[in-house]
Amino acid sequence: MTPALAIRNVSHAYGARKALDDVSFCVPPGSFTVLLGLNGAGKSTLFSLITRLYAARHGEIDIFGHNVMRAPGAALRELGVVFQARTLDLELTVMQNLIYHAALHGIGPIEAHRRGQAALARAGLADRAHDKARALSGGQMRRVEIARALLHEPRLLLLDEPTVGLDIKARADLLALVRGLVQEKSLGVLWATHLIDEIADDDQVVILHQGKALATERAKTIVTEQGAANIGDAFTRVTGAAEEKLSA
Amino acid sequence: MTDAEAPHPYPLPASGERGFSARQYFICLSGVVWREGLRFLHQRERFVSALVRPLVWLFIFAAGFRQVLGVSIIPPYETYVLYEVYIAPGLMAMIQLFNGMQSSLSMVYDREMGNMRTLLVSPFPRWFLLGSKLFAGVAVSILQVYAFLLIAYFWEIEPPTTWGYLTALPALALSGLMLGALGMLLSSLIKQLENFAGVMNFVIFPMFFASSALYPLWRVKESSPWLYYVCEVNPFTHAVELIRFAFYEKVAWTSLAVLAAYTSAFLIAAILAYDPARGMLMRKGG
Repeated sequence: MTPALAIRNVSHAYGARKALDDVSFCVPPGSFTVLLGLNGAGKSTLFSLITRLYAARHGEIDIFGHNVMRAPGAALRELGVVFQARTLDLELTVMQNLIYHAALHGIGPIEAHRRGQAALARAGLADRAHDKARALSGGQMRRVEIARALLHEPRLLLLDEPTVGLDIKARADLLALVRGLVQEKSLGVLWATHLIDEIADDDQVVILHQGKALATERAKTIVTEQGAANIGDAFTRVTGAAEEKLSA
Repeated sequence: MTDAEAPHPYPLPASGERGFSARQYFICLSGVVWREGLRFLHQRERFVSALVRPLVWLFIFAAGFRQVLGVSIIPPYETYVLYEVYIAPGLMAMIQLFNGMQSSLSMVYDREMGNMRTLLVSPFPRWFLLGSKLFAGVAVSILQVYAFLLIAYFWEIEPPTTWGYLTALPALALSGLMLGALGMLLSSLIKQLENFAGVMNFVIFPMFFASSALYPLWRVKESSPWLYYVCEVNPFTHAVELIRFAFYEKVAWTSLAVLAAYTSAFLIAAILAYDPARGMLMRKGG
C-alpha cells in the first residue's frame, strides 16, 4: 500500500547546526500519526521540508508516491496543511479566505463556494461564512483553517501544533474534528505536538528528539516496550536514554 | 485494488500528472489578484497615504521650488514646462516604488505570519505563483497612479492629448514590474521584519534622489559627474524617463531597453531566491 507520507533518511542542517538527522517514518492512509517532540526538536523544519519551503539536504519525501522535489505539483495536490502560525487573512471574510485558497488549487469561485459551505457545516461554522476572520475565536479560526486545508480534497493533512493557545474545550473539539475526518474520509494525518494528552493508545507516534526519530510505533507499544505507566513516562524514558547515550 | 489505482476524489486533468488546464491557471491568477484587490480596499489608509505622499511633493515641494529650479527645454518637452509638470512622472514612479517596497514588506510579514506559506504550498509552479503576486501588485500600483493623475489634472498636470493617459499605461506596467520584482527579491533576502526599515532607507531614498525624478540629469552632471553616473545606472531613472516620454506619447528607447534588462534580472533572481533547492530561505531555517 502506498503510504500517504513517506520520509526516508531525511537530514537537514542550518549551517553547522543539524536540525534533522536521518529521519525515516511513514504515515499510512487513514491513520492518525502524532509527531511528538519538545520545542526545537525539528518538527517545524520537517514541516518546512514536506511543504517544500526548502529542499532537504539529504533524503527523500514522497506524498502518495509523488516525490515533493521531482513532482511537486502532484505531491502538493494531495496535501492539506494547517501551519503553526495563524494564516487566515483577518481582513477578509471566512468565505473569501476559502475562495482564495480554492483558487490557489485551480478551483473556481462557484465550486469553491459550494465546497466551502459544506466544509464549514462540518466544522460547525456554517453561520459564520460571511463574518470577518478577525471576529472568530482562536478555536474557530483553527477549524476554518482545517476546512480550508481540506477544500481541495487532499488525502494527507499536516497540522503543526494546531492546539497551541487554545482552551481545553477548543482543543478537545479540534482533536475530535480531525479524528472524525480520519475515520470518515480515510485521511492520513500527521499531527505535530508537544502535548502528551493529545495522544490516544492506538495512534502511531513518532518521537522526535534533537533531530532524531527515536521511536516509531503505536503509542501503546512504546509504553509496553519502555515498561512505562503511560506515553508521557515512555517519552521521558526514550529521550532520557538518548541523552545519556549522547553524554556517555 | 491497490492504492495507486484508487480513484482520486478530485480528478487530475488528462493533460498529465502535474498539469493544470489554462482555465485553472486563470482561476489561480484571478484569485491572487482578487485577494490583493480586496486587501487594498480594506486598507483605506494605505490608499490614502499612497495618494497623499506624491500630492505633498506636488503641492508643497514643487510649488516651493518652482522659482528656484528652472528646467530648460529637454525632450520630450517642446516648450518650457513648470517644475510641477517636470516632477509629475517622477512622482508616478514614486508611487510604484513605495508600492513595490510595501508589497515586499507585506511578503516578509506574510512569511513570518505564514500567509506566504499558504501561497507557496499551492501545487501551481512557484514561478507562476510569484508572477501572479507580482502582477496583482502592479495592477494595484497602476490604480494608485491613475488616482493621482486624476487629482493632478486639476493642478494642470496633463498629457498634451488624452492619449497620453493610455500610452503611459505600458510604461507604468513595466516600471511597476521592475520595482515589484526588486521588492520581491528584497523580501527573500530580508531575514526579519525588523531589518526592513534599514532596507527602506538604503533602497527607497537613494533610488529616488539619485534619479531624474526631481531634477534633469544634465544638472546633476554639472555639479557632480560621479553622481551623474550613479543616476545613469539607477533603474529608477529609466522608469521615470520611460513614463515621462510615454506620457507625451513618445518612447524612450534606451530607458526601455535598460528597464527591460533590470526587470528580467530582478525577476530571475527573485524566482531563484524563492526556489526551494537554491533559495535563500533555506539558510535561515523555518
